[in-house]
Formats: sequence, C-alpha cells, structure tokens
Amino acid sequence: MMAQTDSSETPLLEVLNLRVEFPTRRGTLVAVDDISFDIKPGEVLGVVGESGAGKSLTGTAVINLLEPPGRIAGGEVRLKGQRIDNLPQEKLRHIRGRQIGMVFQDPLTSLNPLYTVGYQLEETIRTHMNMSEGQARKRGIELLSEVGISAPQDRIDQYPHQFSGGMRQRIVIALAVCANPSLIIADEPTTALDVSIQAQIIDLLKRLCHEQGTAVMLITHDMGVIAETADRVAVMYAGRLAEVGPVQNVIKQPYHPYTKGLMGAIPTVGQKLERLTQIDGAMPRLTEIPSGCAFHPRCPKAFDRCDTERPDPIAVEESKVACWLYDDARVLSGETEQ
Amino acid sequence: MTDVLQDKRPSVQPSGPLVSVQGMSKYFDVSPPFLTRVLQGRPRRALRAVDDVSFDIPHGSTFSLVGESGCGKSTVARLLVGLYQPTQGEIYFDGSAVSQLKTRRHLADFQRRIQIIFQDPYASLNPRWRVRDIIAEPVRTHRLLPEGAALRKRVAELLDHVGFSNKDGEKYPHEFSGGQRQRISIARALAGDPEFLVCDEPTSALDVSVQAQILNLMKDLQKELGLTYLFISHDLAVVSHISDYLGVMYLGRLVESGTASDIFNDPQHPYTRMLLDAIPDLEMSGRKRIPVAGEVPSPMAPPAGCHFHPRCPFADARCREEIPGITESKNVRVRCHAVEEGRLTPEVLAEAAAART
Ligand SMILES: Nc1ncnc2c1ncn2[C@@H]1O[C@H](COP(=O)(O)OP(=O)(O)OP(=O)(O)O)[C@@H](O)[C@H]1O
Ligand SMILES: Nc1ncnc2c1ncn2[C@@H]1O[C@H](COP(=O)(O)OP(=O)(O)OP(=O)(O)O)[C@@H](O)[C@H]1O
Ligand code: SF4
Ligand code: SF4
Ligand SMILES: [Mg+2]
Ligand SMILES: [Mg+2]
Repeated sequence: MMAQTDSSETPLLEVLNLRVEFPTRRGTLVAVDDISFDIKPGEVLGVVGESGAGKSLTGTAVINLLEPPGRIAGGEVRLKGQRIDNLPQEKLRHIRGRQIGMVFQDPLTSLNPLYTVGYQLEETIRTHMNMSEGQARKRGIELLSEVGISAPQDRIDQYPHQFSGGMRQRIVIALAVCANPSLIIADEPTTALDVSIQAQIIDLLKRLCHEQGTAVMLITHDMGVIAETADRVAVMYAGRLAEVGPVQNVIKQPYHPYTKGLMGAIPTVGQKLERLTQIDGAMPRLTEIPSGCAFHPRCPKAFDRCDTERPDPIAVEESKVACWLYDDARVLSGETEQ
Repeated sequence: MTDVLQDKRPSVQPSGPLVSVQGMSKYFDVSPPFLTRVLQGRPRRALRAVDDVSFDIPHGSTFSLVGESGCGKSTVARLLVGLYQPTQGEIYFDGSAVSQLKTRRHLADFQRRIQIIFQDPYASLNPRWRVRDIIAEPVRTHRLLPEGAALRKRVAELLDHVGFSNKDGEKYPHEFSGGQRQRISIARALAGDPEFLVCDEPTSALDVSVQAQILNLMKDLQKELGLTYLFISHDLAVVSHISDYLGVMYLGRLVESGTASDIFNDPQHPYTRMLLDAIPDLEMSGRKRIPVAGEVPSPMAPPAGCHFHPRCPFADARCREEIPGITESKNVRVRCHAVEEGRLTPEVLAEAAAART
C-alpha cells in the first residue's frame, strides 16, 4: 500500500495545532497547547521533555484514547491525509490495531494478567490479519524472539507475572508491531531495558522503518536512544513545543535555552561528579503556566519581551524554535551568539 | 545447615556490613499446568532466577546491580525486602539473620528499616487514595508521628523533596504523568525513615533533569542520614555516577563484584567487558557501539558450566563443564575460569577485541 520511493514528501501523520484540555472544578487545564508536527513514512520522530511536559498525552491524543475528562479541544490529527481525530470509536478501534500500534508507558495496561502471553499475541494477530491459529502462534513465537525473549517456544505459554519487568516491556512491543502497523507510537519503550536489549529493540524499530516504511513516534527521555534512533526530535515543555529539528542539531547544538539545560543534565560514564547539572526550578503546574514564554521564570536568557508575549515556532535553519532569541531581527543582528 | 550458616554470621559491629547476602538462591516453579504435564508427559520445571549469590553492603554505601534484562536483579531486590523467601542461603540485616526474625516486633521493625521503590510505579500506588495518604501510609503504619500538624508537615516536606507542591497531595495517582508517579513512590519510600532503601530502576521513568534532581536528592540523604542503598539500573552512566560498589549478574549468578571504580576502570569478567563496550554513544563521536554478541540463553535451560560460555570468546572445555568459583583478581571478585587461570593477557584481549570489530 505504502508508496515506496517518493515517500519523502507526504507525511504519514500530521498533527496540527493540537490542544488537550482537562475540565476541572477549578477551571480548565490545558495539558497540550497548540502543538504541530508531522512524521513521514520510514521516519522516527523522537519526543523528549521533562516529566509532565505532555508527551504521553500527545501520544494518546493522536490515537484518541484520552481518558475522560481529558479531551481534544482543538486541532486536527491526520493519518495518510485522512482526519482521524473526529472518527467514531468503532472506526478508530480498527485503525488503532491495524494501522497504528501503541506501546503504552505502563506495560501492564496492555497485558491482561489472566491470559498467557501467547494467547494475547495470537488474538491480536488473528483479529487484524488473516491467519490460522497455527500461523498466528508461529508468528507470535517469531516476534518474541525478535524482541529478545530467549527460548520463546518455552515461554509463550507463561503468564505476564512470570516475566521480568524488561521482558514484559518487550512483550508489549511485540504486541504493538504484530499486525504490521504503518505508525507506531512508542511511549518509553526501552526505559527498563539494558543497553544490549535496547539496541535490539532499536534495530527492530529501524528495520520496520526501512523495510516497511513504518513511521515511529518515539517518546522517551533517554537521549542515548534518541541519538541512535531518531531522525528528528521534538522537545516539549509545559504542554508546548519548544524546539523541533534534526537530531544532530537538537543534541549537539540545541537552540532553545530549555533544550540546552536538558542536555547538560545527562550523566556520562566514568564521570563521578559531585552533582549533576539541574535546570533550576521546576516545570510549572498546569494551573500556573507563566505568561508569555512558559519557560521564562527558569530561563537564564529571558529578557523583557519573554514574560508578556508567547513565542511561536520560528524557523532556524532546519529547526523550528519557540524562543524570542531567534526572532528575525535578533538572529540577523547576531545577538544570539554565545 | 543453619548451624553452618550461623557460624559465618558476622558479629554485631557497626563496622560490619549493614546487609550481607550469603549463598542466596531463588527458584521459581514454572511447570506447565498439572493437566498438561499428565496428558503430554511434560516434566516439572524450575527457573533459577537467582543462583548462589553472595555480597555485602557496608553502612552508608551504595551497591548497584547491573546485568541484562531477566538476569535476576528484581528478584534479588524482592528477596532482600522479604517479599520472596530464598530457596537457599541467608540474608543478614544489621547482623541478624532475616529468616530468624520471628517476633512481630522484630518483623515490624525490619519492615520499617527497609523500603523498596518498585520498577513499576503504576502497580504500586493505590489508585483510590490521595497522594498525601499514600505518602503518609508508612508513617501511620509504624506510628512514627501522631495524626495532625506534625504528620501534615512531614508529608509537605516529602512532597517538596521530590519536587511537588503541597497542593499536589490532594490529587490521585492517575492525575500524574509516569515520571511524576515514580516520584510519589520515592516520597512514600522515604516517609518511614528507612535505613536501607532498595531502588529498582527508580529513575528509568524519569527524564534527565528530574533524574538529576532525584539522584542528587539520594546522595544528599545518604550524606545527611547515612542511608544505605541497593540500586538497580540498566543505565550504566547513572550507575557509575551513584555507586560505591557494583555487582554484575548474568543468568542468576553474580559474575563480578567489587568497587564501582575498579570495575568501571578495569573490568575483569568477559561479560562485564562486553557490557561496558555496549554503552550507547551520546557524543555521536562515531565510536562503534559494540553490541553484546549472541543471545541471552533461556534461564529455564541455562548452558552447563559457566552460563556465559556460548557467548564468550575465551570459552574452553573446562568452561563448558565446570561452574567457575569465585576468584579474587585486582581487587574484584570474579567467577571466571580464564581469569583464575590467568589466561586473559593483554595480547589475548586485544586479539579478541580486534576480532569483534
Ligand atoms: N487525568 C488527568 N487529570 C489532570 N491532569 C492530568 C491528567 N493526566 C495527566 N495530567 C497532567 O498532564 C500533564 C502531562 O502529562 P503526561 O502524562 O502527558 O506527561 P509526560 O510528558 O508523559 O511525562 P512523563 O515523562 O513523566 O511520563 C501532567 O502535568 C499531568 O499531571
Ligand atoms: N514470579 C515468577 N514466576 C516465575 N518466573 C519468574 C517470576 N519472577 C521472575 N521470574 C523469572 O526470573 C527471571 C529473573 O527475573 P527478574 O525480574 O529478577 O529479572 P530482572 O533482572 O529484574 O530483569 P529486568 O531488567 O527485565 O527487570 C526471569 O527469567 C523471570 O522470567
Ligand atoms: S523566549 Fe525568552 S524566556 Fe523563553 S526560552 Fe527564549 S529567551 Fe528564554
Ligand atoms: S568461565 Fe570461561 S566461558 Fe565463562 S566467562 Fe570465563 S572464560 Fe568465558
Ligand atoms: Mg509519559
Ligand atoms: Mg527488574
């Protein structure tokens, strides 16, 4: 189905001005605020940002699985050009299993403790693909082995609690990819995995991208994984997009002051520092999002304009950066150098 | 049996380790259901999640466990806090054998002094409780503070420690993101003033900046209160940052242990060497990340002799048959025949490294 070669231009997933709200007694919380991005076939978009920045909510909003009272309050989500944010649940359910595979941050929500892992894999495979019981079981065993579960034929009939934390995480990944979806949304898929298994999962995702043109939205706070996997990276802060751009730029020469702080907090092997760099202060609560640029109370570069006007994403080279430092006039006059 | 272990029991001295694990094993019964066994003639099967593991954790220090997914780290954690009973071996806490703690008072005391932060923050928070009650629970259970102002102040303090405001205490767990929930479970673990904190992947759900905040907090608490940690993480950078001592596990066995700096600077066991070579490269310097070669074998049917032999470039006939004992080499304790025999000379190692790239 997928156009194989000239896939470079048409995005597989387009998210336009997405807004997610939680109505509460004390007023409406805006957890995702005016976010736009797209992902092309075969591309991996990394989504990073502090805890509570709205990464998981963005992922769940794309597949319209927000838990009430959370709701999409604005914007559009398009898959292969077709709007999916306003489809009835019935249609969506089909799209979710077949076209979009989801790895939730909490592996246990995707696994039923009462059924064996094999049963759950076979069920999912047979619901979405035309396969016999025997074929589905064979595919299930293959997938377990692809995610690095050794002796899968021995383990496929065990229950989720008989696996280690990292194994359960990998079983969820196997479930998400088993119907060959065209988009995979993976929320912290490798958090509990050691580097070698991580590499194996990354290889699996990359292979799906190359061979089948699968697009991946990879939500993670692990910059090592981002550096190795992502083609582009979106950085979120307080429900907004701070910066989106090619992976080398975001990691090696970030533009946004928040991204710069984020990169400084990463420990490296062999370095036993007394303290790690922290970005001073904490991300604001959703009830107290600062005026203007949401980062301004913590920003070492903040200036008069920042607490009154909200910056829109500004194109800087191949990136888009929501920061007044990169407003045309300043960029041209070279004031941002440092 | 107990007598032999009793003899080894360290005398109660403040200088002795806070935690001492001796010859600890845990086997799980993973047999097929009874009917299947009978009808298909399949045997009972055991899975050795932890196999003859021994280590000490000195007062006020951090001991980290690393190793590939499924090697038994969480099982060690659960054994240490008494959630599983060891199949064999003994755990000593502050000089007392844990299996001998019989009276209610001793057990309650033990449970307060040892706390665990679970790998999965979702499963461990009661969804129907407000966050402030979740955090206050250990204080209430062990009657550490009376209800009222003092307790409220303590909860507010703990919330603040992990980066929340007092108002967040009113909310329920589902109103928080993944990383925020992990911080709630950290606050709860700290609430009972534990001496020994078992942290199973405490920061893997956290982004780097909150991770830095939590790791700094853990270090501060260690300095102020003399806390002792068992720390489990797959992130070797975090481990190297926080650990005094390190244990490397492979398929249930502890294959190398010693001070973290010795192991990071000069790993002895072939598996540890591979593990350190596989660290991802954030500098994007183009250094080839060498993946750990070969598959992790099934823990239900581990290879004979040294479990690592099918993946080890230095394996020989002895490795395939005989379980390696513990050898002291350059300050670290290693289970490896080649190290014991002195076969791993710099030339041999260089050759193997060249062959892999
Ligand atoms: N049901 C809810 N009610 C109110 N607020 C909520 C609810 N669910 C999420 N939030 C808030 O929305 C914000 C974004 O949450 P989200 O789960 O998307 O964060 P995240 O970026 O995935 O963080 P993490 O890295 O910790 O997983 C958080 O501040 C969270 O407290
Ligand atoms: N309750 C149980 N019943 C049967 N097998 C179990 C049980 N708990 C753990 N195991 C098995 O024991 C082995 C070790 O599991 P453990 O959870 O200790 O691994 P781990 O090192 O913590 O891995 P991870 O890094 O993935 O969390 C695994 O093979 C697992 O499947
Ligand atoms: S807009 Fe201002 S406050 Fe915001 S990141 Fe840029 S300089 Fe800092
Ligand atoms: S005992 Fe043999 S197989 Fe095992 S690690 Fe040492 S050399 Fe390799
Ligand atoms: Mg999340
Ligand atoms: Mg574990």
